[in-house]
Amino acid sequence: MAVGLTGQKIRERLIEFVMFLCAASSIAITGGIVWVLLSESWQFFRDVSLVDFLTDTQWTVLFENPHYGIMPLVAGTVVTSAVALCVALPVGTTIAIYLSEYANSRVKEILKPILELLSAVPTVVFGYFALLFVTPTLQAILPNLPGFNMLSAGVVIGIMIIPYVSSLSEDAMRAVPVTIREGSYAMGATRIQTALRVLFPSAFSGIASAYVLAFSRAVGETMVVAIAAGQQPNLTFNPMEGAATITAYIVQVSLGDLPHGSIAYQSIFAAGLTLMAMTLVFNIAGYLLRKRYREIY
Amino acid sequence: MIVSDRNSTRRKRLDTLFGVLGLVATCVGMITLGALILQLVMDGGVRLTATFFTSFPSRFPKQAGILSAWVGTCLIMFVTALAAVPMGVAAGVYLEEYAPKNWLTGLIEINIANLAGVPSIVYGLMALGLFVYQLKLGQSILSAGLTLGLLILPIVIVATRESIRAVPAGMREAALALGATKWQTTRDHVLPYSMGGILTGIIIALSRAIGETAPLITIGALTFIAFLPDVPLKTEFPFISFDWLMSPFTVMPIQMFNWVSRPQQEFHLNAAATGLVLIVMTLAMNGIAIYFRFRFRKRIKW
Repeated sequence: MAVGLTGQKIRERLIEFVMFLCAASSIAITGGIVWVLLSESWQFFRDVSLVDFLTDTQWTVLFENPHYGIMPLVAGTVVTSAVALCVALPVGTTIAIYLSEYANSRVKEILKPILELLSAVPTVVFGYFALLFVTPTLQAILPNLPGFNMLSAGVVIGIMIIPYVSSLSEDAMRAVPVTIREGSYAMGATRIQTALRVLFPSAFSGIASAYVLAFSRAVGETMVVAIAAGQQPNLTFNPMEGAATITAYIVQVSLGDLPHGSIAYQSIFAAGLTLMAMTLVFNIAGYLLRKRYREIY
Repeated sequence: MIVSDRNSTRRKRLDTLFGVLGLVATCVGMITLGALILQLVMDGGVRLTATFFTSFPSRFPKQAGILSAWVGTCLIMFVTALAAVPMGVAAGVYLEEYAPKNWLTGLIEINIANLAGVPSIVYGLMALGLFVYQLKLGQSILSAGLTLGLLILPIVIVATRESIRAVPAGMREAALALGATKWQTTRDHVLPYSMGGILTGIIIALSRAIGETAPLITIGALTFIAFLPDVPLKTEFPFISFDWLMSPFTVMPIQMFNWVSRPQQEFHLNAAATGLVLIVMTLAMNGIAIYFRFRFRKRIKW
């Protein structure tokens, strides 16, 4: 009996330990990401000075006379993400307010899953849609729009990330205590006044996380920009032009046959590190914003 | 009095106006989804024949098919599920049922939340450096499956935790009171009750993995593959072979990307047909997940 009991105890401990390892492996993933990006970028920055990387206005790694200025790629990423956010934030927030204040629970139960399907569609399909549907449609309005442009890529990414904004913002608004909402209605406020002046500020911390997640998605989005925005690095802030983003560059290089250890191979890790740095900065900003405006009930 | 009356009419009108605006905004999303599917059906519908599924890619758009792509997708999904499901569920169970409240648990939790925001292409870079070159797994199905496995791990963990959290504490206490050990309680009571939610999460995670393109391009998927991986079952001893794990691969999204990047219109039709297959698969998986969520929520009444 005693022996059996210790056997069981050992088994329990063993299972717990194995499960702990599984949970801790998530830290190993982060460690792996940081280590790979830093070690390969370290090799890259032994050949390329950090000053050139940040100040040169050309990114021509694969050319005869290579320049290593990350700015054109950053500009492409910033422009496509900005267009995407201009679409996703107003539309997504409006949907969130509509779902939380206007729609009855039956309508909500149908609409929410359908909207979430938008983020389930493979991004390469959205790329096809951007290149062969949205661009021709926009060209009917803007005749000078080139076949590859950041505008249609950005618009499509924006629509794609609407569910991230709308679902999370709606959750945040619903989490506001019902007494606060009723207080506002009791004062004679309409639904839209309650939503904009009471719920939005109260739920701001949750809505801000939704915005930050949407930004991360837009910056990291790859296939839509690789297909629809063209793959030429181009230092411009005009969304009507085509330009490569950081992610599109990584895809473009990966499709070719690059020797392991060459400078072009290392350059995609430096580009990836830049991408991570951008999302990190934004996440920290979001964190500070949330801390500043957090309402605790 | 007249002034305030006018004011309230104005406010009410604004209120109604915003309701309409909200409906329009909601429709933007749904119209896009509808237009997207319609576009794919109109372009790609004609290419969806049986030979499309049984042919290799080709220089001639009309003879080209997605045989190597869908076989690759299936094999990689198999590896992905094998990697992500046991690890993700175990991690979720640990964090919810076992983990002590200390800095390490806090770190793991923050880390998982952050991993969900890491762009997928960064996972591809990590896999390129780690799996392909450091561990020398090569540009293989194994590398690809593990990459996507890590990518969806946070989704599986979060889904597991949420559905375990919904099991009332009374269930656990009853089992523990009868002398069951912690693991017995978890295995025989907590897990069966939360199975519906976990399954839903796994299906959604896999549907996300099916559509992933960028990380697989990064680790070196080929865009033109005119052969199938080695068959896993053999007629001679030892009857089973794992050579397919080391085979080069392509998947449906990459095949589609390849076709859409070509200038010829004819190849765009092939891309649309592939997109249609992809979207039907992912939407079907999501539909099943929604149905599961709905059914399990209905059946279990605490």
